[in-house]
Amino acid sequence: MNMPVRFLLRLGAALLACFCLLPARAADAPLKVVASFSILADMVRAVGGDAVSVSMLVGPDGDAHVFEPRPADARRVAGADLVVVNGLDFEGWMTRLIRSAGYRGKVVVASRGVTPRRMAEAHDHAHGPAGQAAHGSVDPHAWQDLANGMVYVENLRAALVEARPAQAGAINARAAAYAAQLREMDAFVRETLARVPLAQRRVITSHDAFGYFGAAYGLELLSPQGRSTESEASAADVARLIRQMKAHQVRAVFVENISNPRMVERIAREGGGVVGGRLYSDALSADPVADSYLKMFRHNATVLAGAMLAR
Amino acid sequence: MSVSMTGMFDLAVGPFIEFGFMRRALVACLALALCSGPMGVLLVLRRMSLVGDAMAHALLPGAAVGFMFAGFSLGAMSAGSFVAAMLVALGAGAVVRLTPQREDASFAAFYLIALAAGVMIISLHGSSVDLMHVLFGAILAVDDAALLLVACVASVVLAVLALIYRPLVVECCDPEFLRALGGRGGLYHLLFLGLLVATLVSGFQALGTLMGVGLMMLPAVSARFWARSVGGMASVAALMAFVSGYAGLLGSYYADLPSGPAIVLVAGGFYLFSLVLGRHEGILGSRMRRHLHKES
Repeated sequence: MNMPVRFLLRLGAALLACFCLLPARAADAPLKVVASFSILADMVRAVGGDAVSVSMLVGPDGDAHVFEPRPADARRVAGADLVVVNGLDFEGWMTRLIRSAGYRGKVVVASRGVTPRRMAEAHDHAHGPAGQAAHGSVDPHAWQDLANGMVYVENLRAALVEARPAQAGAINARAAAYAAQLREMDAFVRETLARVPLAQRRVITSHDAFGYFGAAYGLELLSPQGRSTESEASAADVARLIRQMKAHQVRAVFVENISNPRMVERIAREGGGVVGGRLYSDALSADPVADSYLKMFRHNATVLAGAMLAR
Repeated sequence: MSVSMTGMFDLAVGPFIEFGFMRRALVACLALALCSGPMGVLLVLRRMSLVGDAMAHALLPGAAVGFMFAGFSLGAMSAGSFVAAMLVALGAGAVVRLTPQREDASFAAFYLIALAAGVMIISLHGSSVDLMHVLFGAILAVDDAALLLVACVASVVLAVLALIYRPLVVECCDPEFLRALGGRGGLYHLLFLGLLVATLVSGFQALGTLMGVGLMMLPAVSARFWARSVGGMASVAALMAFVSGYAGLLGSYYADLPSGPAIVLVAGGFYLFSLVLGRHEGILGSRMRRHLHKES
């Protein structure tokens, strides 16, 4: 064999090796995941670890109900390898954003498999006639029950393993560890709320995003506003609530991080209660109080129990 | 008879006796009506009906900046919105002096810039729910501080209006007169704009920027159909604004309606009623009167 032929062969082998290596290199780069809001982003980060680089559309303290996507968001969705949404009609704007961004990859619906709840009947009157209220009034805030959170984790785990089969082992291990943490937190929440006598486990919050939480942890929730923060409370709503507070002797009223605090304060004052502090429902906090899914639960349970026992 | 009378009384007064938030809302409406009525009438007479609307939008960036620094703080948001709206008023005034452009055109330009800046600041900083509260307010959530602010503003506005009433009214009817006075006319105009901004700021605490203008302009426009003198119109406007607030609150209580729009819609109903049946120049009202005159 003469030199040029041998050289060419070697070159060919090298090129072949390069082509073989290329996909492996791409698989090493973190999977670009876009999550619709802060809580999902935190879960993806917990399960994905260094296999993913997560960005979110609605940041901490933002309200996903009224989010208006900006061009930068469309660009981020377009460049994503995987898009994660909550589903249950939580992100009404998402379908349009995905279409306008031209994203053709997989969309993971994190809430797939949870049993959806209806919104509390007491507020359906605000959403028009009864038929309309019954239709499409699924409560999207499923993550407020840690059992559902575990379903989310399983969905995310399956999606990430499918996207990165090479890192399946690490992803599975992280998911298992995270699920164990969720289970521990679930026990903590139950323990904390169990300190409150059953008859006192009743609170008012300005945004009824805690339907799943209430059902899971035996807490009765009253609320001055409907599901969406868009609706303005009427005098009748407020009056009903004050009467309710007095009748049931509810003393704990909570201001959510994304609703009008003055309204809640007024109601609390007039119903003879206290404003219990901040609960986090639809978004994590920007400050370290509740900047992760787990910390959010610890914070909410502690604050709730503290206020209900404050009487 | 007496039973139905007490029933009526209960319907009309009961909610205000039972609930403090209804009383507060009513008092806020009263204070707002007292200053908004006369201010609205003067705006109409000075052919500045839409300037109120423009100024209301100009509050937005100031309120947003106040919100950014201090959260839902009444003081910061009020001060911020007052400064922003005054800047717009002064800017528009300066343009009128320096260029041949008319006042309404420069107001339009400045308020649009301010509005866009406000929306920009709010959406860069936080969620747009905050924006909803600024635009539509929450009269049911009026607290001590807000009530105090509204009452103080109403008192100051009425007192200052009383002091500069004559030149203001004269200028409405005869702009040349005050121009002959020299710089004083401009001073009165500026003072008037200051009062306007103060009124709007207090209205925005209770009703939001958009609805606050409704309570100011609708009764003022309606008052023209019922009274001839400026004082008469101002009284009618204030009364109508207060009754709108009262009826809107009752509607919100009994019919489960959002309170801000209910109040402004009652004022709108007064306007349509006056338009048709008003004593002076109402579509039917003046004809009926003429008819009655002929018969008698």
